[in-house]
Amino acid sequence: MKIAVLSGKGGTGKTIVAASLAASLSESQYVDCDVEEPNGALFLNPEIIETTPVNVLVPKVDESRCDGCGACAKACRFNAIAVVKKKVLIFPEICHHCGACVIACPQNAISEVQREIGVVETDRNGRFLQGRLNIGEPITIPIIHKLKQSVREDKINIFDCSPGASCTVVQTIDGCDYCILVTEPTPFGMHDLKIAVSLVRKVGMPFGVVLNKAMAGDKTIQTYCKNEKIVVLMEIPFLREIAENYSKGILPVKMDKAWEGKFVRMFSSIVGGIEL
Amino acid sequence: MKQVVFISGKGGTGKSTVVASLSLLVKNKIIADCDVDAPNLHLLIKGERLHSDDYFGAELAVIDSTKCVSCGICRDICRFDAISEKIEIKPMKCEGCGACVLACPQAAISMIDLKIGETYVDQTQRGTFSHALLDIGADGSGKLVTEVKENLFAFLNGEDWALIDGSPGIGCSVIASITGADAVVAVCEPTRSGQSDLERVLGVARHFGIPAFVCINKYDLNLEITAEIKEFCEKNGIPLIGKIPFEPAIVKALQLLQTPVEAGIKNIVGEIENIWSRLQIQLGTVK
Amino acid sequence: MKIAVSATGKTMESQIDQRFGRAASFIIVETETMDYEAIDNLATLSSGGAGISSAQSVAEKDVKAVITGNVGPNAMNVLKAASIEIYKAAASTVKENVELFKKGVLEKISTTVPPHFGLGGK
Repeated sequence: MKIAVLSGKGGTGKTIVAASLAASLSESQYVDCDVEEPNGALFLNPEIIETTPVNVLVPKVDESRCDGCGACAKACRFNAIAVVKKKVLIFPEICHHCGACVIACPQNAISEVQREIGVVETDRNGRFLQGRLNIGEPITIPIIHKLKQSVREDKINIFDCSPGASCTVVQTIDGCDYCILVTEPTPFGMHDLKIAVSLVRKVGMPFGVVLNKAMAGDKTIQTYCKNEKIVVLMEIPFLREIAENYSKGILPVKMDKAWEGKFVRMFSSIVGGIEL
Repeated sequence: MKQVVFISGKGGTGKSTVVASLSLLVKNKIIADCDVDAPNLHLLIKGERLHSDDYFGAELAVIDSTKCVSCGICRDICRFDAISEKIEIKPMKCEGCGACVLACPQAAISMIDLKIGETYVDQTQRGTFSHALLDIGADGSGKLVTEVKENLFAFLNGEDWALIDGSPGIGCSVIASITGADAVVAVCEPTRSGQSDLERVLGVARHFGIPAFVCINKYDLNLEITAEIKEFCEKNGIPLIGKIPFEPAIVKALQLLQTPVEAGIKNIVGEIENIWSRLQIQLGTVK
Repeated sequence: MKIAVSATGKTMESQIDQRFGRAASFIIVETETMDYEAIDNLATLSSGGAGISSAQSVAEKDVKAVITGNVGPNAMNVLKAASIEIYKAAASTVKENVELFKKGVLEKISTTVPPHFGLGGK
């Protein structure tokens, strides 16, 4: 079973929900797909025992064959190649690893070599998996693919997505069974929730909402969900205690056992056909 | 005219709330939301549309079925699994690289520009406001941020300030946000992750030689980290110009589409006013 | 000497564009005669790698120097490979900057900002 946790924007408590859910289920694996800012480890404190590089293919020019014609630079739609004074300059960090330059070169002077752009890391028990993009690397998708290949299929995989509704999120939720959308009761939260809802509806995946920072007396998110026939899986109240513990890296499930029960019940309801 | 850009290491630090509040406090200014991946300011700042434009930020391969002989070469060379068994492009997977165009022996494939969002300029009571909305699953970029800023300055009419809600993070979009800025204000929260995000985003400002200032939001949630951030700022000569306390009333106000200014949350408004006057003193626009 | 100046418009009176990669246009000036040609910067259409593409364009014009505001590291590498020197604009219009360049008072830029400023990772 694969569950993706996403939010329209950062700061809504996506990692709290994903990490708490993973911590509450004994047969789970938390997978941090927020590869630019992986924060799950700050809450789950895993002991990383294995680090695997993630490689991509980038072009390499055989200078004995290259005549400096510039066809490769023209072929590259990402501007990752420049040719000046008959010399080819390659900018691997903006290369999208598409191989167009190899096809374009009339001299067959371009081959491809492996280049590391990040790592995936796992703990001893297969409870924790995270991807990390190396500093200076802008392209996240290969790390997401590697993470998805590396998950423990025998466990319940909880994917903590990157914030937003970008291409990276689309790739992360591809192949999942269920999406949890985390939001907060502000117009910003509502706006971003609507974007996340359109995203999961576009890919046709079942989903429910977790309302973080819920406040008594405000029912805007609940009303929206009711009108849209979206299940509200859980409400986490807006409490100073939770925010303070978060700043110290302590999950709600670690400060109060009752939360663990709530997350287990939420999981059961997801599995059992989304009836709370 | 001076450009002040508000940035943060990640989303959700309260940057937009500060900008929206300042949009009521600062006189004679224009406003832009360059947080194009998760724009929010337009929810708080409404007005009459002056300008809108389609944003083309991606390319997509299209196959001319009259020329295609279904040889499958394109599918074999595509690294993104974007061409189906039936030799059809899967738009959600197409990277726009054009390798298939080069590989097709029938010259049956071409690239088209893809509209992935819209840009807007609104006339509002708070001043001219430039922003953009991206389609679902589309990625913002330095190009879109640049368009939002260009649209803003195209409507410049002698204003003194440009308040810009920058992109979070430290990528190309944030670089485009802060290019040409007179000052950046980094808004952060006192958490372990917030602290490391802050240090990196300040690195971006330093490299561009743009004067940087720091504002800690919800500072009293973790006084220990707040003290560490203060020390970091002092050590690096970066003025700490504001400490906003944790205040549940802000969330209540936002629920009513109000900034702390409209909701009359005195302690918060006082601090935001202080931030602005400290910034003006630092920039030498007031004594 | 032939030089390129990043500009927001297409004449010698145009304002300098502080951006190199995403400059609206480049004014290619022959400093001896002050003859000039304006070229659109097609790199502004790129989502990424705009600096590289801009540098390639000015290199193709065979200029010996560029006057601009900020140059990213990738663009700088292309300009270096093409033996093009980079000068920091110090006045507001293209013409004023070219005059300052001829007097030899513009500051040469050789340091740059790291590419993408370390996206992600810790």
